[in-house]
Amino acid sequence: MTVQAVAFFLFAGILTLSALMVITARNPVHSVLFLILAFFNAAGLFVLLGAEFIAMILVIVYVGAVAVLFLFVVMMLDISFSDLRKGAMQYVPVGFLIGLVLLSELALLYGAWVSVPEISNNLAAPVSAFAGKTNTESLGLLIYTHYLLAFQCAGLILFVAMVGAIVLTHRVRPGVRKQSVAEQQRRRPEDVLEIKKMTPGAGL
Amino acid sequence: MLEIGLAHYLTLAALLFTLGVFGIFLNRKNVIIILMSIELMLLAVNINFVAFSAYLNDLAGQVFTMFILTVAAAEAAIGLAILVAFFRNKGSIAVDDISSMKG
Repeated sequence: MTVQAVAFFLFAGILTLSALMVITARNPVHSVLFLILAFFNAAGLFVLLGAEFIAMILVIVYVGAVAVLFLFVVMMLDISFSDLRKGAMQYVPVGFLIGLVLLSELALLYGAWVSVPEISNNLAAPVSAFAGKTNTESLGLLIYTHYLLAFQCAGLILFVAMVGAIVLTHRVRPGVRKQSVAEQQRRRPEDVLEIKKMTPGAGL
Repeated sequence: MLEIGLAHYLTLAALLFTLGVFGIFLNRKNVIIILMSIELMLLAVNINFVAFSAYLNDLAGQVFTMFILTVAAAEAAIGLAILVAFFRNKGSIAVDDISSMKG
């Protein structure tokens, strides 16, 4: 076996096993950790395919942001996860059946897959147009020209998601004392200071 | 024996996608694991995209993988935000309890 084949089977094996552990682990924290392992191995596969930029994005976005977000939420919510598993086994047969049907459908589809011979003439962005450039460089050239509008839309989606997440989780708590700059600026000496004449020896 | 081809990656992606679907049934009550299963399915789709991109010498697949990553990140953020807001109101995240809108 070549090095490439060994690497593929290593990454693919760990990816599949950790995906299995994600859905079967009793403790959701373990699920998240196995999800991180799965993402790392998928990034390895992407490097193997020559898509370095996507691999790095996967590590940064998924492992660095999404998985950590999952970890935060899992640890923050105070839930008895074992209660959630009760009665879960009753859906396993139907899930197994659907999974099996789906898998066999995909296997049939991929088994009969034949690319048309003229496919190399119909490529949207042939790699040969970016000869001598790195993967990241050619992706950049592509995104900022042909896919500019889609790229801007992706930014908009992220922005809306950010605003939505903040709006959903932000809560105004009553009774919290906060600095109010306007209030402070409005305060005038004559409102709060009172000047009294004092005569010596007499009290106020 | 082995030249790693497109079929290997497609098989892996199909397996991963099936595991994601199966995970939804297996953890039918736990929204967090369901969200993780959806992430697994999106990862399988990404593997398909990148594999086709690499074997057809077409970079567009990788561009679309980035867009899927964007949408997946947004979906995870919104999903978890809804989950946290729901947990604050109801004190539970069991799927069976999420029926107050009678949808």
